[in-house]
Amino acid sequence: MINSQTLVGRISKVVFLGLCLIVTVFPLYWIVVTSLKEPGAIYSLPLDYWPKQLSLDNYIGLFTKSDFGQYMLNSLVVALVAASVATLISLLSAYVLARFQFSGRGAVLGAFLITQMIPGFIALGPLYLMMTDFGLVDSKTGLILIYIAICIPFCTIMLRGFFENVPDALEEAAMIDGCSRLSALFRVIVPVMLPGIAASFVFNFVNCWNELFLSVTLMNSDSNKTIPTALAGFISSFNIDWGSMSAAAVLTVVPTLVIFAFASKFIVQGLTAGSVKG
Amino acid sequence: MSLDVKQAAPPPSGRKAARPDQGRGSSTKRRFNGRTALTLLAFLAPAAVFVGIFTYYPMIAGSQMAFRNWNLNDLSDTSWVGFGNFQSLFDAPEFGTIVRNTVVWVVGSLVPQVVIGFAVALFLKRRFRMRGAYQAMIFFPWAVSGFLIGMLFRWMFNAEFGVVNDLLMKAGLISSPIPWLSDPGFAMTAIIIANVWYGVTFFAIMILAALQSVSDEMYEAAALDGAGKVRTFFSITLPSISTTLALTILLRVIWIFNFPDIIFAMTGGGPADQTHIITTYMIKITQEGDYGKASALGLIVMVTLMLFAAFYLMAVRFRKGDQ
Repeated sequence: MINSQTLVGRISKVVFLGLCLIVTVFPLYWIVVTSLKEPGAIYSLPLDYWPKQLSLDNYIGLFTKSDFGQYMLNSLVVALVAASVATLISLLSAYVLARFQFSGRGAVLGAFLITQMIPGFIALGPLYLMMTDFGLVDSKTGLILIYIAICIPFCTIMLRGFFENVPDALEEAAMIDGCSRLSALFRVIVPVMLPGIAASFVFNFVNCWNELFLSVTLMNSDSNKTIPTALAGFISSFNIDWGSMSAAAVLTVVPTLVIFAFASKFIVQGLTAGSVKG
Repeated sequence: MSLDVKQAAPPPSGRKAARPDQGRGSSTKRRFNGRTALTLLAFLAPAAVFVGIFTYYPMIAGSQMAFRNWNLNDLSDTSWVGFGNFQSLFDAPEFGTIVRNTVVWVVGSLVPQVVIGFAVALFLKRRFRMRGAYQAMIFFPWAVSGFLIGMLFRWMFNAEFGVVNDLLMKAGLISSPIPWLSDPGFAMTAIIIANVWYGVTFFAIMILAALQSVSDEMYEAAALDGAGKVRTFFSITLPSISTTLALTILLRVIWIFNFPDIIFAMTGGGPADQTHIITTYMIKITQEGDYGKASALGLIVMVTLMLFAAFYLMAVRFRKGDQ
């Protein structure tokens, strides 16, 4: 083990961790700086590491040239609804998979796992045709339904890990007191598991908020576009408007960054729950 | 993700041992009556319906396209062609490059992720002030989508106005700007750097959690026996976390293999198709409308990953059995 008590050890630790932190955070710093430069100053040399003149032109341009406010609202609605429903559904399935032994349990888990190995593009064609049949192309409802389905497997797996940390005597006691299984689950277990549920929700939310390929495929009209679709739209074949792009990137990342900062502890627990116990 | 780790890991003592079929374990896990069975079915149903309709149906429908002539530009003839799509994929001149790129992409991204992630985890193991804040901060890449990561690095690696060239020149490491994304060799390096940046945190967190589960007594015993740092690392630390490490690596390989987003945003497979991996190539074919060929490629990915997972797990178990 690295002995951090010695001076050399301590210095190398600080240097290494500091370096990692700088490298990790620098891209965020750089995109923020880029977004705050005047549009013309972005393409001028020598590079400014801190703009002499702060400017909000890129942000203003973003909202006047494109419907970015609408895209943000669309993303928010889609991600919020899909993440909530997916978390709720996964809560039920994770409960069953964590608490009961039955034949077919392994098969259900396996079926969830396989979804993590499929390259999404194999399903894209048939999905598009199916949504056409349902009349759900270019509709937020359609996108929400698909996002729910995408979130469920991993969310179930994550929540299952949290369930196993909650003693089952808890809901047994509630049921003896006359609760139904459903109300025992929501009145007794859910409050205890709240951090885990919050982490799963955040994870779902961020995934939906960031999803690109399905949204690009399904959402055609400007009033239905989500943020990633709009971002992809800033790339025309040869030219990228880096001013708008950087401003849009900052606006995309900041909300997820804020919720991640609050939930990262629980997400870490969720990711590592199953793997290293015992 | 944590589940397959758990499935394959040896059952930890206590909880898992108390299976209902092995005796009277925890109360709810014992046999249940018909009414409970109905409740459970109702609990599972929504998840099954969603995943069935929106994931499995399109996936299976997509898989059978692999054996058909299925081109969005001309749907008059969608007859069965057997392995024709696979054949034309294998015959394409760029196929060799794409397979090679995929291997370079996976291995080149994975190794630095493991090494740096391991080092970060070792340094984070001992508590220090602000450790929680530090962990939260290095979590930052996870909040960013793959596509956006690609865009951030595309801007930083810009040949003319990119900050990477600027910093390298300021440091005196290069004398003229490197055309990062328009030169095939440099482009591959650049996309791998972006992916490493993204993936280190995952390893750091998983390995740190594993390290924290190794009991201090083991280290104390090793210290009493006079083992040095290096010896302790190889005889205690590494073996104790080998299962977690092996399974984390497996998950990451599957994930990196299936992760076209960064490349899609940074180079789009260019210059001249030189940075395509299998999954970005699949995007390209899909966009051209040849769903038959794209599905064939998808099946190749799936089968490859499943075979890889099976062999890898067998190898890991075999080694464990050896000890």
